[in-house]
Amino acid sequence: MAHAAAVATKPKLAVYKFASCDGCQLSLLDAEDALLDVAGAVHIANFLEASREVVPGPYDVSLVEGSITTPHDAERIKQVRAESKFLVVIGACATAGGIQALRNWKDVDSFTSIVYANPQYIETLQTSTPISYHVPVDFELRGCPISKEQLIEVVAAFLQGRRPNIPTYSVCVECKARGTACVMVGAGTPCLGPVTQAGCGALCPAYDRGCYGCFGPMESPNTEALEMWWRELGVSDRDIVDAFRSFNAWAEPFREASDRVEARLTVTGVTE
Amino acid sequence: MPETLVLDRSGLASILSELRARDYLLVGPTIQQEAIGYGPIDSLDDLPQGWTNVQSPGASHLERRDDERLFGYVVGPHSWKKYLMPNEVVIWRGERTDTGFETVPPEPAPAYALFGVRPCEVAAIAVQDAVFMPTDRVYRERREAAFIVAVNCTQAGANCFCTSMGTGPAVGEDAVFDIAFTEVDRNGTLAYLVEAGSDDGAAVLQTVVGAEPASDADLAMLESVLQEAAASVTKTMDTDGIHDLMLANLRNGYWEDVGGRCLACTNCTMVCPTCFCNTVEDTMTLDGTTAERTRKWDSCFSIDFSYIHGGPLRMTPEARYRQWLTHKLATWFDQYGTSGCVGCGRCITWCPVGIDLTAEVAALRRVDARQGLSVPLPEVMA
Ligand code: SF4
Ligand code: SF4
Ligand code: SF4
Repeated sequence: MAHAAAVATKPKLAVYKFASCDGCQLSLLDAEDALLDVAGAVHIANFLEASREVVPGPYDVSLVEGSITTPHDAERIKQVRAESKFLVVIGACATAGGIQALRNWKDVDSFTSIVYANPQYIETLQTSTPISYHVPVDFELRGCPISKEQLIEVVAAFLQGRRPNIPTYSVCVECKARGTACVMVGAGTPCLGPVTQAGCGALCPAYDRGCYGCFGPMESPNTEALEMWWRELGVSDRDIVDAFRSFNAWAEPFREASDRVEARLTVTGVTE
Repeated sequence: MPETLVLDRSGLASILSELRARDYLLVGPTIQQEAIGYGPIDSLDDLPQGWTNVQSPGASHLERRDDERLFGYVVGPHSWKKYLMPNEVVIWRGERTDTGFETVPPEPAPAYALFGVRPCEVAAIAVQDAVFMPTDRVYRERREAAFIVAVNCTQAGANCFCTSMGTGPAVGEDAVFDIAFTEVDRNGTLAYLVEAGSDDGAAVLQTVVGAEPASDADLAMLESVLQEAAASVTKTMDTDGIHDLMLANLRNGYWEDVGGRCLACTNCTMVCPTCFCNTVEDTMTLDGTTAERTRKWDSCFSIDFSYIHGGPLRMTPEARYRQWLTHKLATWFDQYGTSGCVGCGRCITWCPVGIDLTAEVAALRRVDARQGLSVPLPEVMA
């Protein structure tokens, strides 16, 4: 059977979801033409978003979206790891804990008691944490959501046995590459771009918005120097804390920055 | 000395028409997103007429002028390297064949007419010529095809220090361009005092309608306009012994100070008209039929830039800032016989946290290790 033979030699790809919004998996579906190439090059063995067919593991490469927020998921990810030769985690949830990591600063029981009539049935962890807190990962692809071009690049690099071209420098490089005039210099708009990793193509500054930090901390983020400049631009400490606490709030450099500025709020007695 | 001609606005416009007739792609200053950048132009109407850019370290905004000058501003975030040394260019492409692979020949280089090149930028192009012309096909083909229309500055910006670097505010004797002009107010009307800098430039000027030779009075006015322009440059950099100053202070603790302020964001290098560092990226289509090598701008502020076998050499921002400034102001002389900085001020304006290299050089002088004034650099960086 020629077909079966071809399938057998093609690498097997699986896609998994943990606590997340599905946006990153949809980037793969959204990669239209490239996806046809992917489908030709790999056997998509387990991707519930795209097909009900599930071929049992082990898999050559697993893409994992989402963070770990329940005891059940903390066990499930170990199973996924055991079945995967390469584990590639995709998106801000899987690489940093996602927006849901805001719970890490709060008391989760107080939420469940307000939201659910019978909170005793809710089995959830106190924290939302990235996959790398639980199992070793082979590659972290950033973004909220990820860039489909970068996803294709990572899959292609895996198939071709080379290092993916995923730069870790700042968003500013992409601003300059596309000719965007810096919004912080031009309009005095606070921008997280200098401490944020490239990957989005510097989308927001091209539309006169500051960067929101969707791709997480760049390779050597100097959050302190940026924070000082923001204050000169008139940004309040409260707003600085909030800016660092978004999709990548639990990524260490951003977490440290928000905690540092928040500590100052507490010291000076200002809470709002 | 080449003949100076006086043109009115329509005369200047006819230079553009002639360049278009000669199949050049016209690019010049235009307003883009609250700044003056470089982009395609069709006519003089596309220029930032009546606007100026007001700059300080880490800040720049546009303001209306009280006149209708076409060139009443200084350089913005773009430089002409976007045309001569483009950010992203395919330098090799191969396609799989039944027996192996075939190289696909590169696209022919586009011929740009760069309209409104400032004197510091003419100097910057000469600096990049020294770097690329001997070895780089992409740059050489674009550079040889390009036509340069330079414009002298009549008013400096607050971050300009061309007079310290000997590059402006007027094009110098040895400057390489095709046409240069100065915008002047001649009895209440804007006029353009034009000269050719090459045979091509002279041939284009031959076609201009309504050109008249400049009178002695015109030439006297031109000289005083350019003198006033030079006097309007307020920023300075003391370049005396700068090569040795930089190299004698590689281990000065001062670098830690600037390293604490620097974001290592790369903006300074991206906007700099002489910074030439680049990287290559190899990609292959998923089906493995086409492979490409693409060249992209890179920066000495990125960690990967200094990655060699075993790891990157310059992990800290201070090490990277030191590398940048020392290369610009010292080792560039050793490599190419010129300064790597032409004093355009872009890196000062477009640094998102306003780091000013002229202030950094002055600060370094104050703690010059040769006078026993420095604290040593911590081990991690030395
Ligand atoms: S707009 Fe933001 S990301 Fe772009 S260059 Fe400025 S600081 Fe960097
Ligand atoms: S180092 Fe700064 S001032 Fe000097 S040429 Fe480059 S951008 Fe201009
Ligand atoms: S000097 Fe300024 S522009 Fe250059 S890397 Fe440092 S912060 Fe960025």
